Amino acid sequence: MKIDKDQVENIAKLSRIRLTELEREMFVHQLNNILFYIEKLNKLDTENVAPMAYTSDVSNVFREDKLKPSIPLQDVLINAPATKSGFFKVPKVIE
Amino acid sequence: MTYEVVIGLETHAELATITKLFCGCSTKFGVEPNTQVCPVCLAMPGVLPVMNKKAFEYALKAAIALNCKIDEFTNFDRKSYYYPDLPKNYQISQNYHNMGIDGYMDISVNGTISRIRIHNVHLEEEAGKLIHPEEVGADYSLVDFNRAGVPLLEIVSYPDMRRVDEVESYMQTLRKILLYTEVSDCKMQEGSLRFEASISLRKKGVDRLGNRVEIKNLNSMKSVLKAIEYETMRQRDVLDRGETVDRETRLWDEVNEKSARMRSKEESQDYRYFPEPDLLPVLIDEKWLRAIKDTIPELPLIRRQRFIETFALSDYDASLLIDEKILADFFEECVKILNRPKSFCNWITNDLLREVKDRKLDIYHLKIKPKQLAALVEIIEKGTISSTIAKEVFSEMIQTGKDPKTVVEEKKLVQISDEGLIEEIIIKIISSNPDAIEDYKKGKKNALTFLVGQVMKETKGKANPKIVNEMLMKKVGV
Ligand SMILES: [Zn+2]
Repeated sequence: MKIDKDQVENIAKLSRIRLTELEREMFVHQLNNILFYIEKLNKLDTENVAPMAYTSDVSNVFREDKLKPSIPLQDVLINAPATKSGFFKVPKVIE
Repeated sequence: MTYEVVIGLETHAELATITKLFCGCSTKFGVEPNTQVCPVCLAMPGVLPVMNKKAFEYALKAAIALNCKIDEFTNFDRKSYYYPDLPKNYQISQNYHNMGIDGYMDISVNGTISRIRIHNVHLEEEAGKLIHPEEVGADYSLVDFNRAGVPLLEIVSYPDMRRVDEVESYMQTLRKILLYTEVSDCKMQEGSLRFEASISLRKKGVDRLGNRVEIKNLNSMKSVLKAIEYETMRQRDVLDRGETVDRETRLWDEVNEKSARMRSKEESQDYRYFPEPDLLPVLIDEKWLRAIKDTIPELPLIRRQRFIETFALSDYDASLLIDEKILADFFEECVKILNRPKSFCNWITNDLLREVKDRKLDIYHLKIKPKQLAALVEIIEKGTISSTIAKEVFSEMIQTGKDPKTVVEEKKLVQISDEGLIEEIIIKIISSNPDAIEDYKKGKKNALTFLVGQVMKETKGKANPKIVNEMLMKKVGV
């Protein structure tokens, strides 16, 4: 598998970042290097190995359905670039 | 051209936990914006989610109640997308190992049972709420994260429905199951139960499904049905013109009763699902599964059938009773005390429901108790009060929670069966209504009804109507 400029552009779009032409080229190169490395691993026979998503054997970690205090409104909004009457204010979104 | 309409539904139900899915913030509805949030549900850097056990068990319970296959291994996945109501920029959901798969739910349409297959049931977190100001030219939206992180159950059906009456029954039955299992309060007006429909048309006899259109923004069961009818007509027109239906997502406009394109399949999102590394998997053993199973009560359709068979109720009456679990429970309590199912059914489905509606009572906190209704039915049978008076007594009981005997004594409502007393009143009524007697003798039968009415009026409805009737007939000489 090889990454091309269009794929880099698509990833940038999904990540909401803007890339310059130079950066695009740089990332094509870097990502392909990473994939090249992964390709080596692909040579291993993993047919009878289940995909592993977790490195520890621990499972079933829960909390009880018990209330904990929330945080004060002023702390909630403290980092917000814009607020209005207790709400976060964001650029208009209509889908 | 005749087409077959193929309909599937996606249902979202907020689970009835006190706290959110991954943090201890309250799930209470209708509070001031952003007052039920914390670093976890606001997605501050470095925070970690911890699963609410009750939410997990509720989701499991629903999956079992919907006859799903439950895998012993389950975990959670990240679904990535950007939207201002989603603080982490991904939603924790289930994609590769759902809570349950390949289930089914039986629905009843006009007495015919059909089986709708359930594709999967999974647990995920709710998004925040966006508010779009109505002021003209407003260039902003407002975000409230109180709802963000509330546990949400998603139930995906197979496209097994063909008609709107099936869709309606599916929604009603599913709502009842969620209420019976007590996993959700299903308040549609608060958004705790929401539906999305997918619709496609195909020529009769053709196997392959047509292009599917998803409809969002359906705020009530009524709008689901309206949107399906609209979409069926729209697609039929497209196909009749020889064109193809675009695979797309459309938004329902409740005011204008039509839908508009939201996004096409080409623009559809790439969610890049992958296993959530911040949560550990959950293993479900037989013992746990059985313990959850044991908490599932008899489900509505089965209960309805039992009511019809055991208590000889009509399909209609039984359906009314099982509609609300609390009413069906009330009914069964009454029958346990006194074996008069038909009578209790009438009291509950007529008088009780009317009083509840007229006086805006909360059926979950009724003052009247089953043993009191049983006592009322008992004193009617004994003849202590007439059935007309009983209605008055019942109304007082439901408002105050008093025993029927207390109400009867306080209001002096005991039925008059003393023949001497009734005779006195009859003589009085006859002498003051000579015209009616004449009419009756001329053959006007309803003159007698009039006289009975006069006696009842004189006794404020307390005279035993049977005795009044008999004595009057004797007096006027029949
Ligand atoms: Zn929180």
